[in-house]
Amino acid sequence: MSTIDVTVPVAGSPAAGIVRTKHRLGERLVILSLAASAGLSIAVTVGIVASLVQPSVSFFREVRLGEFLLGTTWAPLFTPPSFGVVPIVVGSLLITGIATLVAVPLGLGAAVYLSEYADQRVRKVVKPALELLEGIPTVVYGYFAVSFVGPYVQRWWPLGDTPGVFSALAAGLVMGIMIIPTMGSLSEDALRAVPIDLRRGGYALGARRYEVATRVTVPAALSGIVAAFVLSVSRAIGETMIVFIAAGNTPNLTFNPGEAVQTMTAFIAQAGTGDLPQGSIGYKTIFAVGSLLFVMTFVMNMLSNRVVARYREVYD
Amino acid sequence: MGTVALDGARPRKRFLNTGFLVVLWLCLAIGVVSLIVLLVYVFVQGAPAFGPRLWRRFPSFDPAEAGARSAVFGTIYTVALTAAFAVPLGVGAAVYLEEFADRDHWWSRLIALNIQNLAGVPSIVYGILGLAFIARGPLGLGPVILTGGMILALLVLPMVIIASREAIRAVPPSIRDGAMALGATKWQTTWRQVLPAAVPGIATGIILALSRAIGEAAPLIMIGAFVYVPFMPTGLDSKFTVLPIQIFDWVARPQAGFSQLAAAASMLLLLILLGMNAIAITLRNRYRHRW
Repeated sequence: MSTIDVTVPVAGSPAAGIVRTKHRLGERLVILSLAASAGLSIAVTVGIVASLVQPSVSFFREVRLGEFLLGTTWAPLFTPPSFGVVPIVVGSLLITGIATLVAVPLGLGAAVYLSEYADQRVRKVVKPALELLEGIPTVVYGYFAVSFVGPYVQRWWPLGDTPGVFSALAAGLVMGIMIIPTMGSLSEDALRAVPIDLRRGGYALGARRYEVATRVTVPAALSGIVAAFVLSVSRAIGETMIVFIAAGNTPNLTFNPGEAVQTMTAFIAQAGTGDLPQGSIGYKTIFAVGSLLFVMTFVMNMLSNRVVARYREVYD
Repeated sequence: MGTVALDGARPRKRFLNTGFLVVLWLCLAIGVVSLIVLLVYVFVQGAPAFGPRLWRRFPSFDPAEAGARSAVFGTIYTVALTAAFAVPLGVGAAVYLEEFADRDHWWSRLIALNIQNLAGVPSIVYGILGLAFIARGPLGLGPVILTGGMILALLVLPMVIIASREAIRAVPPSIRDGAMALGATKWQTTWRQVLPAAVPGIATGIILALSRAIGEAAPLIMIGAFVYVPFMPTGLDSKFTVLPIQIFDWVARPQAGFSQLAAAASMLLLLILLGMNAIAITLRNRYRHRW
């Protein structure tokens, strides 16, 4: 495209050359603007990092890093404030853990069924349906968690004090349902990428279907399944509306799923609705917690990309 | 006969084989049933309050009077703006990466990796970006429709780029070679041959990305979108609310009437999304080229 040789335009000539001379400059501009829109994605990343870093730095001038990361009382908007982030990190991990316990076995089981057992016709209906369900807005899940699952958790809670309608368990269960399609769909892709010959080899050795599935296909697709797992966990940690609506918004250092907790995302949303004055320590707290959340999900996404990249090398 | 003998010799294996299938089947069934329960619950709860008043009446403190007119129109305006930003930028970036960039150049690889990572950034972090840079900070637009459209556009941009790249990559090289052989420039080839051939795939990706934007509440909460807006959006600088935020507000209210309204508005949102997805699937099936 860098050639500048141009057909000499002759007035009135029907040759395409006339049009072309005009196009060359225009074309360069078009390509330049296309390149700029591709470069915009870098600007977005830079923007995200910049928007997080500057207020965070100023946050950590007032609050020691150790106090933030190790402190066990989270009350940044109270007087006197306390900036120990552990309770809301544990809240995020607790709910993510519950969601993972629900979504990983169910999603993986469904994926193995769809790729190894199901009729083509069943697959063709179920897979797009699962992908459709991935698009249900998370506020709707939140509504379901608080008005349907919450009361059941309250009624059927087996040990100790009865939990309130808001609990880590209700939010975690519903978040688990939310990420089943992600886990299932991505694992199914990984399983189907395993060459059919490997399965045939297994059958030729006299293995049964479940043996081929558990000892050949799943191990062969393991890296893809791990990547699906990591992405699902990352989605669960970053999810906001379900936990904001259903987990109770109570910073609470507990591993008891029957209690109300607050997650990092729910704190950010709560502080965001509060219309805090710019420059106040409470406002900066949003960015400090946001940085922590960003780093956690970023590391997980990179990890999952890495795993997928390695896995691709195996069968291409 | 051999297999029969084997089966007889190892009843344990046969049991495991069947048991495994039953477990797998249960996994799928539990997942599907939970999602069906969710949908049915929302529809049953919402049905009594569902009706034209949702898009005819403004929100009110009396659940019997309240509707979601401002939220419905806020959603339409915001998504239109999102599309106006995200479609040209996303498709442009995809065209550049697929047709013009040297794929092995470090810059192109960095951009591709970066887009992958952006797709995994939690939506609330985009909200923080919007708060710091667009609503307040350098642009300082405030919590208005333009801010909402911009932030949702940034949020769905990676989805649009990834889907468009796949659609463009699916156009066979022979089409490009043919056009170039006839003397078309690279851009003429792209604009008149490759892009038209990729339109169904790109459109499907755009619709799916916009349906994600329609359901988002968290980033808009961060930029300070309002929960109580008893007027229609008037322009780009108008205060606004959207359906997910309206639902969130109603869920948080204690009166039973509002909970019912939340379900009805969820129903409306789900129906809109279902409609959009149906269009996407139809587009994909009807116009898919078989090369």
